[in-house]
This record gives sequence, structure tokens and C-alpha cells, in this order.
Amino acid sequence: MLYRENGQFKTSYAADQQIFPIFQERWAMALLLLVAFVVLPLVGSEYWFRAILIPFLILSLAALGLNILVGYCGQISLGTGAFMAVGAYAAYNFMVRIDGMPLIVAMLLGGLSATVIGVLFGIPSLRIKGLYLAVATLAAQFFTDWAFLRIGWFTNNSSSGSVSMARLDVFGVPIESPVTKYLFVLTVVCVFALMAKNLVRSAIGRQWMAIRDMDVAAAVIGIRPMYAKLSAFAVSSFIVGVAGVLWAFIHLGAWEPAAFSIDRSFQLLFMVIIGGLGSIAGAFLGAGFIVLLPLALDQIPHLLGIPLSTATITHLVHMIFGALIVFFLIVEPHGLAKLWSVGKQKLRLWPFPH
Amino acid sequence: MGFFLETLFGGLMAGMLYSLIALGFVLIYKASGVFNFAQGAMVLFAALAMSRFAEWIPQWLGFESLLLANLLAFVAAMAVMIMLAWAIERLCLSKLVNQEGITLLMATLGIAYFLDGFGQTLFGSDIYNINVGMPKDPAFILEGMFEGGVMISKEDLVAAVIAALLVVVLALFFQKTKTGRALRAVADDHQAAQSIGIPLNKIWVIVWSVAGFAALVAGIIWGSKLGVQFTLSLVALKALPVVILGGLTSVPGAIIGGLIIGVGEKLSEIYLGPMLGGGIEIWFAYVLALGFLLVRPQGLFGEKIIDRV
Repeated sequence: MLYRENGQFKTSYAADQQIFPIFQERWAMALLLLVAFVVLPLVGSEYWFRAILIPFLILSLAALGLNILVGYCGQISLGTGAFMAVGAYAAYNFMVRIDGMPLIVAMLLGGLSATVIGVLFGIPSLRIKGLYLAVATLAAQFFTDWAFLRIGWFTNNSSSGSVSMARLDVFGVPIESPVTKYLFVLTVVCVFALMAKNLVRSAIGRQWMAIRDMDVAAAVIGIRPMYAKLSAFAVSSFIVGVAGVLWAFIHLGAWEPAAFSIDRSFQLLFMVIIGGLGSIAGAFLGAGFIVLLPLALDQIPHLLGIPLSTATITHLVHMIFGALIVFFLIVEPHGLAKLWSVGKQKLRLWPFPH
Repeated sequence: MGFFLETLFGGLMAGMLYSLIALGFVLIYKASGVFNFAQGAMVLFAALAMSRFAEWIPQWLGFESLLLANLLAFVAAMAVMIMLAWAIERLCLSKLVNQEGITLLMATLGIAYFLDGFGQTLFGSDIYNINVGMPKDPAFILEGMFEGGVMISKEDLVAAVIAALLVVVLALFFQKTKTGRALRAVADDHQAAQSIGIPLNKIWVIVWSVAGFAALVAGIIWGSKLGVQFTLSLVALKALPVVILGGLTSVPGAIIGGLIIGVGEKLSEIYLGPMLGGGIEIWFAYVLALGFLLVRPQGLFGEKIIDRV
């Protein structure tokens, strides 16, 4: 009864092309943003921000970037961690080497550096695809792991190999407390999510999807594969690079290359698969799921009074992730996002099924 | 010159070990078109099973003979791998027939994660060792030609011989037996194979079991070299560029690719490494494979990839 679109007529092109065409969805979104921007900062505890919300938001952003490449353009990438690392280390160098570099500019420059590297490693995608491409992106992963560990210039010759970033501020407002960090990350994520949503429903987004569905056929109808594939790599690695900057600067504070290892790449790929390939909301759902599951597995045995060692929990998490990946690929290849939209369809008819 | 030869031999031996793992990839890809990302996890799983059974079986049955324990453990581990192959086929692959390669790749990634967790929950996550009596001391050859001779690890030599034997056995199995012929038929065309009465499901169980056997052999050799621990599953990541270089559909390609990568890695580490800051072994194989992909996407011995709309 609540979720009805009867009587909502679209009388202009603008109304027809809205992101949320249904009145109730617009309200739900506004409410969600209100909760995120106003209510949570008032009621959230420090643990919430540090351990759940900030990692969730940043990983959502990275998953969003990866989803553009894998979900929309169909080019598999196992090197997401590498592009995050490029963003983080590039932004670090811009901050350290240029006096008075504002955080936002450094963040965008970090994203651009990731774009350059992303396009570079995306070039093989013009000749190869599928798992061959996965290997090419793995090359990016191993190469950057090595470069940031061994080449002193990138880390400003720090002796321990770990670098840190302190005293961040945006327009004079210091980003120190968990609440300000959270709000900053939330703002960035909202801006990028909106941009990504608009991008995938524009001409370029449709080109990506055509390439994903069948690249030879897409080329026949006049889509330039090179342009479409490389632009997907560029946009994806830009967003992933920005997420890398946030992950390093805001979430970690001090980091070393291990923070962006191949495990991170797999984790992000899992988020995209579980959340939903080719869906913006899916990136958020998948990230939420993967951030919360280990925490939940950590808590549940405690609540039930079954003692489990940390090692066992890590293994259990691995098993559950693995099983879920296979489960989702078999049962619902479009992930949580598809379940969500199926739920909405059901809700439209509820409680009268006809 | 002696030093160069020593590095060269070291590289060749390391290459044979990579080939062992690469073989598992090639086997499954040849017979089912699935790129099995879980091969590394299978190596770890098999090695864990082998080392733990070798420890448990003498306790259960109450005897001391190392040889008997190893033999029984090998049989038990092989049985576990066959069960695993059956479970993977039944629970996962049979549900994903006719899906795109990329979906299957991601599914095997899921299997890899599951196996990593499952194996360590089942068998424990400490470092275990496998003792099958591999010789540990090095040998020296060509002592007449160079001062001090050229050092070769006997352990690596034995491993290389085993790998070579395995390849011969597998090649015979693929070329000469009825099952091998059926496997090749399935690889060529699923539908045509089914229509002449080859049971697809049974073939897949067989091929995953054979890959499990290859994983077990690789696991024993790598495990007795490095110890059985989690990092064993990462060794497979080293074998990935090997299959890319050699071609995904070619058994000899896996061997030659392995040798090229093994030698390239060792030589580049010694002669290029100091210039670049060392540790370039990590990415050398990948960058080599990447460069190769641009020139010849199907690898050295792979079948040419043809796209049709």
C-alpha cells in the first residue's frame, strides 16, 4: 500500500529522467541522507565511526569504481588494490612535496595519477580479455606492491617503509575527530556516487554496457572499443584512486604497501559480486555486507557463549565468503541489488497481489 | 661462468616446480574451459591433508614405519581430493554449465577462498612439515671444468624428475586412454561430446580429480621444501604467468613456460635486481607475461583465439 506509483504522472522529460522516478523513493533517499548527515553524527559513538561507518563508506567508493569496470564494462580487474595504492601514494607525495597543497586538490591529483596508471594497464584490454586481462591487472598489483616497498622516492625515503599523514584540513576546518572524518568521507562518497550514477546512464555508460554484452557486436554498430574500454578504465581507476587516498589519509592515517595488497583487490571484487554487478546501489550493499560480516561473526559466538579463537573466525570468514560467492553466482548473479529490486517489485503489489 | 650455470640450473629447477602447479591449471582448462583459480588452494589443501594424515594415521593404527605412513597418507589425501572434486562438480560446476568464462573464474575464486578456510579449519593452521625422505644435501657437478664445481640441490633435482614423470604420465593418459580421448572431446565441444554419449558430469569429476592429483604431487614437493603453511596457496599466483606464457591449452607449454619463467626470474634477480633495488622476482614473471600477451595473446603453444559474433 505504501509503495504505490499510481497517480504519479510524468509530464516532462526532466521528470521522466529522474534518478528516482517514484515519489516514495525520493523521500526514502532524502530520509537516508538526513539520517546519514544529521542523525548519525549526533548519536553515533566513536567505535561506530572508526570501525564501521568510515571503512564502509570508503570501501563502497572503491567498490563503486570497480563496479564501473567489472559490472558495467565487463573488464575483470584483480588490481584494484594497486590503483588504490597509486592514489594514496601520489596524493601523499603531492602533500609532502608541495607546500600548502590543499587536501581536496591532492585527493583529485591522486585520483588522476591512478587514472594514468589504470589506463596504462588497461591498454592490454584492447587485445585480450577475460582471464588474460585478470593476469594483466595482477601484474599491476604485484608491480605497485614492489615499487612502493622498494623505491624510496615514493615514500619520501621513510626508513620504516611506512608513511603517515597528520593534521588534515579542508577549507580551514580540521579533519581530526571521527565525526568530521565521517562527514568528509560521506560528502565525497555522495558526490562521486551521484556522478557515477549519472555517468552510467549517459551515452558513455551505454557504450560500456554494449561492450560488456558483446564487444564485437558493439564495434560493428559503431562503438569504438578502445575509447569505451579505456574510458571505463580511466573513470574506474580515478574513483578507486580517490578511495585509496581516503583509505590511507582518513581511515588509516599511517600505512604501508600491505594495506593495498592483493587481498584488498579480492575483497573489493567480492563486494562487487555479492552486492551486484552493474549496479551503483550494489556497491554499497556489498561493501556493507563484507564490512559487517566479520564483525558479526566476531560478536555472535560471544553472545551465544561459544568461545572461538581469532584464527578460527578468520577461517570461518574465508569459508563463508567463498561459499557466498559461489552461491550468489549460481542463484543470483546480480547480487543483493537484484534481491533489493525484486523486493521492491513485490512491494508494489503488496498486499493485493493483483 | 660457474656462477651463471649455477643460477641457470637453479632457475630451471624452480621452473619445473612452477610447471607442476601450472599443469593443474592447464588440465582443468583443457577439459572444461574453466580457469581454475582455486588450484593454489587445492595445493594447500592437499598438502595439509597429506602432512596431517601422515601424522595421524600411525597414531590411529599404532605403527611407526615412515614409509607405510606416507603411503597411507598419500592414499587418504588422494581420496580426500577425489571427494573434493566430486563436491565441486556437484555443488558448483554443474550449476554453472553454459555460463561465461568470467563467471566461472569468479566462482573458482570463491572456491579458493572456501578451501583456504576449510582446509585450515579441518587440519589446523600451524606450519606442518612433510617428510617423504627427499635428499636435502646439495650435489656438485662439473668439478673438472670449474673451480668448486656447480652446486645443484638434490631435492630440486628429484622434484624436477618427478615433475617430468608426471608430465609423461599425463600426456600418455590424455593421448592413449579412452578416458583421455573423452576428455579431449569434451574440451573441443561440450555439446558434441554429450551427443555422442560422453557423460559430462563424470568427465568433470575425473578431470578435477586428476587436477587434485597434480595438486597433491605439487603440494608434497613444495610442502617438503617450504613447509606446509598458508603461503603455499600463494605459490599458485606465481604459476599464473607460466600458463599465460605457455598457452592455456598446452601441457608442454606449461613445462616450457615454467622453465622460461624460472630461469628468467633467477637471472633477472641476479643481473637486473641490483640496478632496480632488488626483490624484482615478485613481478618479473607477471610483467614478462604481460609483455608477451600484447604480442601473442594465446601464449607460446596455445590455440589461436577466434572471435565470432
